[in-house]
Amino acid sequence: MDSERHLDGNALAGMLYDIFGREMTHECGCCAQCGATNQLGAARVYRAAGDVLRCPDCEHVLMVIVSDARGMRVSFESIHWLRVTTGTKK
Amino acid sequence: MTFITRGFRGRRETDVPTGRIPPGQYVTSDFPVLSAGPTPRIPLESWRFTLTDPLRSERSWTWSEFMELPRETVTVDIHCVTKWSKLDTTWEGVSLDTLLADVTDKTQRHVLFSSYGGYTTNLPIEDLTGGKAWIAINYDGQPLHPEHGGPARLLVPHLYFWKSAKWVRGATVSDSDRPGFWESYGYHNYGDPWREQRYQGD
Amino acid sequence: MAGAALPGRLNWLIAKAGEIVDETDRVRSIVLDCPGWPGHLPGQHIDIRLTAEDGYQAQRSYSISAPADGEQVVITVELVDDGEVSPFLIEDLRVGDQIEIRGPIGGYFVWEPSRGGPLQLLGGGSGVAPLMAMLRERVRSGSDVPVRYLSSARSYDDLIFRQELESITSEAEEVEVLHALTRSQPPRWTGLTGRVNRVMLAQHVWPAFTRPLCYVCGPTGFVETVASTLVALGHQPGRIKTERFGPTS
Repeated sequence: MDSERHLDGNALAGMLYDIFGREMTHECGCCAQCGATNQLGAARVYRAAGDVLRCPDCEHVLMVIVSDARGMRVSFESIHWLRVTTGTKK
Repeated sequence: MTFITRGFRGRRETDVPTGRIPPGQYVTSDFPVLSAGPTPRIPLESWRFTLTDPLRSERSWTWSEFMELPRETVTVDIHCVTKWSKLDTTWEGVSLDTLLADVTDKTQRHVLFSSYGGYTTNLPIEDLTGGKAWIAINYDGQPLHPEHGGPARLLVPHLYFWKSAKWVRGATVSDSDRPGFWESYGYHNYGDPWREQRYQGD
Repeated sequence: MAGAALPGRLNWLIAKAGEIVDETDRVRSIVLDCPGWPGHLPGQHIDIRLTAEDGYQAQRSYSISAPADGEQVVITVELVDDGEVSPFLIEDLRVGDQIEIRGPIGGYFVWEPSRGGPLQLLGGGSGVAPLMAMLRERVRSGSDVPVRYLSSARSYDDLIFRQELESITSEAEEVEVLHALTRSQPPRWTGLTGRVNRVMLAQHVWPAFTRPLCYVCGPTGFVETVASTLVALGHQPGRIKTERFGPTS
């Protein structure tokens, strides 16, 4: 079986920390396309000209991050909601 | 103040003649596989390429019909916006001059390519004609591997390689410009590597 | 001097290379002393940033292979041919050199003894690095969570942490370690042979009815095969955490 060339959400953990100001890969998100709920760390990550997070259930694009010299442009394509738990987590 | 790491130089090729590669690029001998999504697997018997011109009826080719079109072999340099360049790559494909020969209305200046798997990219029609672009089916003498966009991909070497859409399935000619996938997420609408047009606003 | 952490920012810290251990001829563990290090959980990683004199920068992530221990951060790095950062870390970095790191990063691929088990660790090649942090924490903390650790390597000499794993299994209760050698095996090899496949996983992984927490790490092909096979064997996808290192295998 050919492996799909994707990584896991934790490959973008540092970048997501930069965007949200906190650790995010353990948090759950809901895909606006299919309604599946998964931890962001379980999303499929494709790293090409930019970084693409796809829903692990339906493959729809959840987020796209394009990094340039000034920082990042973040597109929230298909995230219906994201959970952000409060409390002390490293 | 940036912290400099003792002894670190990075992997950069220095023996390339100046002017051969665009600014900010480095030469690689691999062929990196980069994709925004999973690799589509298209059996040749279901493959189609469809040219949509709103002023005429749609024109579609099956794989065997596409194989009957005249083909050329070209050797070109390719430049990826992620900074790698690959020199002297050889491709065989059908020129866009052949496919767009019947598009004569001067108002139809824009083309949006779409691919199996959902990828899109937009180009001005004058960047596709005059021997500048192909639908490539072979790379380096072999049928194009799905990883690299097979059965067929667009090849437009004078622009950043994100414009050379993999797994191409169709082209729509229009009088208006619609941004494709990477263009809509912040990459440059045109993408000339010699003017380092990587991002919107460059 | 490390700056005070701004809320919501992962600051770059300057770490000094302390002990360097050559685990195999392609893999090295580097003990970094990092003033200001806030500690970390097993499974987390750091980003390393290297800057050349002309300002050129390269950045990569590396899993931390030992549990939190004051200001010490241990990473285990495999040499990637044609890589940019790993050749520097493996071939050029010397004891006393300073490098920029930030972290800890990653809240998803994490295990602590309080999460319970049984714990199933599956690592391909240098994918064992974050799993070793988990196993070392399990042993250090005195936890009684039962653990099965399965690693895949090309040959006996490519096994990372082999001796430490032997002493762990001889001293700790309820820790089982198995190695699968895929390309060559030494004479009188009593471990597993060949690529990790369904038969091997069905025989040696905690059965699905025990509801283990599974952590799979390594090259993309290895992780893909193992994770999908675990699901086929009845394990719940939500109890399988994966960390793909990328296509180099």
